[in-house]
Amino acid sequence: MPHHDHDSSLRHRLGRTLRTPIGITALTACLLVALVAVLGPVLLGDRAARIDTDAINQGSSAAHLLGTDQLGRDIAARVVVATRLTLRLTLLAAVIGVGGGLLLGVAPAVVGRRLGRLITATVGVLVAFPGLLFLLFLATIFGVGSTGAVLAVGLAMVPPMARLVQNLTASVAGSDYVAAARILGVGRFKMVVRHLLPNIAEPSVLFATQATGGILVAFSGLSFLGLGVQPPQYDWGRLLNEQLNRIFVNPAAALAPGAAVVLTGLMFGLAGEVLAQAGGRRAPQAPEPARGQQPNPSEEPATDGDGVLVRACDLRVTFPGGRQAVRGISLDIARGEAVGLVGESGSGKSLSALALADLVPHPGRVTAGTLRFDGHDLRDDPRLGTELAMVFQDPMASLNPALRVGRQLAEVAEVHLGASRAQGAARAVDRLRAVRIPAPERRARQRPHEYSGGMRQRAVIAMGLMGEPKLIIADEPTTALDVAVQEQVLDLLAEVREDSGAALLLISHDLAVVAQVCDRVLVMYAGRIVEDLPVTALLGGAAHPYTRALVGAVPTMTTDPGTELATIPGRPPEPGETGGGCPFAPRCERARERCHRTAPELSDFGPDRQVACWFPVGTAAAGGSVAATSYAAEATS
Amino acid sequence: MSSLELRGITVRYGRFTAVENVDLLVPEGTVTGLVGGSGSGKSTLGKAVVGLAPTRSGRVLVDGADAAPRRGHSPVQLVFQNPYASLDPRMSVGASVAEALPDGVSGRRTPARERRAARDAEVARFLELVGIDPARAVLTPDALSGGQRQRVALARALAARPAVLIADEITSALDVSVQGAVLNLLRRLQRELGFAMLFISHNLAVVRYLCDQVAVMDGGHLVECGPTDRVLERPEHPTTRNLISCVPTLALAEEAS
Repeated sequence: MPHHDHDSSLRHRLGRTLRTPIGITALTACLLVALVAVLGPVLLGDRAARIDTDAINQGSSAAHLLGTDQLGRDIAARVVVATRLTLRLTLLAAVIGVGGGLLLGVAPAVVGRRLGRLITATVGVLVAFPGLLFLLFLATIFGVGSTGAVLAVGLAMVPPMARLVQNLTASVAGSDYVAAARILGVGRFKMVVRHLLPNIAEPSVLFATQATGGILVAFSGLSFLGLGVQPPQYDWGRLLNEQLNRIFVNPAAALAPGAAVVLTGLMFGLAGEVLAQAGGRRAPQAPEPARGQQPNPSEEPATDGDGVLVRACDLRVTFPGGRQAVRGISLDIARGEAVGLVGESGSGKSLSALALADLVPHPGRVTAGTLRFDGHDLRDDPRLGTELAMVFQDPMASLNPALRVGRQLAEVAEVHLGASRAQGAARAVDRLRAVRIPAPERRARQRPHEYSGGMRQRAVIAMGLMGEPKLIIADEPTTALDVAVQEQVLDLLAEVREDSGAALLLISHDLAVVAQVCDRVLVMYAGRIVEDLPVTALLGGAAHPYTRALVGAVPTMTTDPGTELATIPGRPPEPGETGGGCPFAPRCERARERCHRTAPELSDFGPDRQVACWFPVGTAAAGGSVAATSYAAEATS
Repeated sequence: MSSLELRGITVRYGRFTAVENVDLLVPEGTVTGLVGGSGSGKSTLGKAVVGLAPTRSGRVLVDGADAAPRRGHSPVQLVFQNPYASLDPRMSVGASVAEALPDGVSGRRTPARERRAARDAEVARFLELVGIDPARAVLTPDALSGGQRQRVALARALAARPAVLIADEITSALDVSVQGAVLNLLRRLQRELGFAMLFISHNLAVVRYLCDQVAVMDGGHLVECGPTDRVLERPEHPTTRNLISCVPTLALAEEAS
């Protein structure tokens, strides 16, 4: 579900993230460390530097919390004072690493092709070196001392950072909005600052802060080895070095600088996590109120009516927060019938179908008064795979690219029908033949990428036919295909239906596609079925103003190019936005006061037809349409 | 009023030839529909015109002159198929449109504040042109619906004052009820502003409704080109005939009854 968050500015999100436990912890830790770094040397500088030959190598006492070193200096004070230098050098190295990484990472996207490739290749080679080896190599080149260590640690961070930024940038640089900016003639620098950097910010920030934690450890390591900070200066690494040989005498003195390194490293990680959360789209949401399971009194008849394959009554799909995407629809599908389900995006048509297949995505909850399929309650006894087949919009996404097509099909038979491997394989070939795939034996051994788009969709349909489906649910099966292939797939669906006697529920936003294959059309609007009519009545005789508007909005091969296309003003309501009245009333030119007050139920309108409208088109009420329009204007103003 | 002329455009990706030696003329202030199946090269040709595809040979002429970018802005603009991908998610829609405005709308000497005010006014004008409330300029694209985003994308393209507009399947990601509104808008704007337009689509009914001329592509070649009525009523090439026969229509249902 799209999540609509109107105060989504970075400041708001940051504020909200900082109020979570992790945010509070990170903020407190950062403030504490910053305070220590600023005030430590000022308050404790003298104490840390004072040499006291009377108190050499003492253990911890009231005067010296962590004891003293071999010159009698207070270790606790030295750990506190070392914070500033440690942080300064760490941040300096991080700036070098992040800056260099960003520069090298973004460069291939904006410089010429050859130079870009050279940079990418160089970074690739550098990344291949083990990090520690690279670090020690650089440290040797730059020589012993803080400057050398800063450069070494900073530069060692450049290749991994550059690699990450390169990958992120490459995906952003390939996007349409960057292409659009390129057509507009936006310069390279502006391109980087406006389009590339903001869109790679979160993962980069997260990586940079975590790498800074790593730098802290690496730098302390260098100092510990004697390659970093040199006396008389000292950082945590050097303090650790000085005290380690006394770890059995005075463990606290050795552990304190180590603990400081670990805790500060964790702080960097936490801070990065908070920033990434605030910047990203995964900022914490207000917790949803827990809602109890509503009892669903099922008042179903003991036996289904003659020939009814699917019966759903009061089917609802609810998302957390009480948003209902499907708001109590009832539908019957007869055996062998082809039913089309049309509506705009967000109308709940796909979710209704998924509810029948028990495939509603996670936070969504399905409730229904009745949900029966072929005499069984679907909620206790899901039928997907055997008697219920599902065909999705994108065939490439429904097939596993790593498995041979035959194997994937055979799996259905093995899992659901208990077939042996050989039987499954034989049936897979047979089914591929049934969907008119040429040379099915050879094709069964191929992987999905070797199939064309139309052929993949055939394979998915074949997969549905591995069982003995009584119902095929096809959710926008041809939207991703080209017109010529669309025609073939629709023909195939019609043939399959004829051969197997299965019913078909075809979901589409395209009325013409539905008209070609189906007998009956259900029109959905804002989570409800608003009209149920035979396909033959679509063109001229739709009774609901919404259906009529949908028909009029599509140009056909006979539309007069001189006229404007009919449009529907306004937009469909979001789930949960619907008030008491007819959900279509705000966009309907026939709406009267009654429409805004109470929602019409789906009720009979002639033989085999139902409509949910107080004033359906083609009834006596239509006579006063002028009066109705002005009335509507009053009611909406 | 401007025309677009393509001469011998060839586009290759490695060894694969996506578009081969295509000549096409979009006369001044008219709309040419470019149709074909997937993989026919129609989108690639559109991208080649704006320099997004690796053109091996051929020339793109706008008003008879090479379509070199003028003052950083190309005279040819493209509106993409997917409005969910063509707007920068981190930029307000106003900023997106502002980016397209030519520099120096109000001269370089004017103070920054006045320049910004002039820019905002221009942005508001273009948003209003496509039917978006200018008050929404501060929103990022995720607060807008697909149809609204496509309008913003259109406003951005128009703000660059293009001589030629390329519309690449701009309604195929939209709902039918929104599609009608976008098509009406596009037709109105094209007539008012008089730019030439290359309208790429797989939907022949939409092409028939909008275009003066139709060009049909197949396998990277231009196989047929002519006035819309002639091509759709008396198609000469088998590809065209096949495309026309595959258009699903509501009328079928009526015949059946």
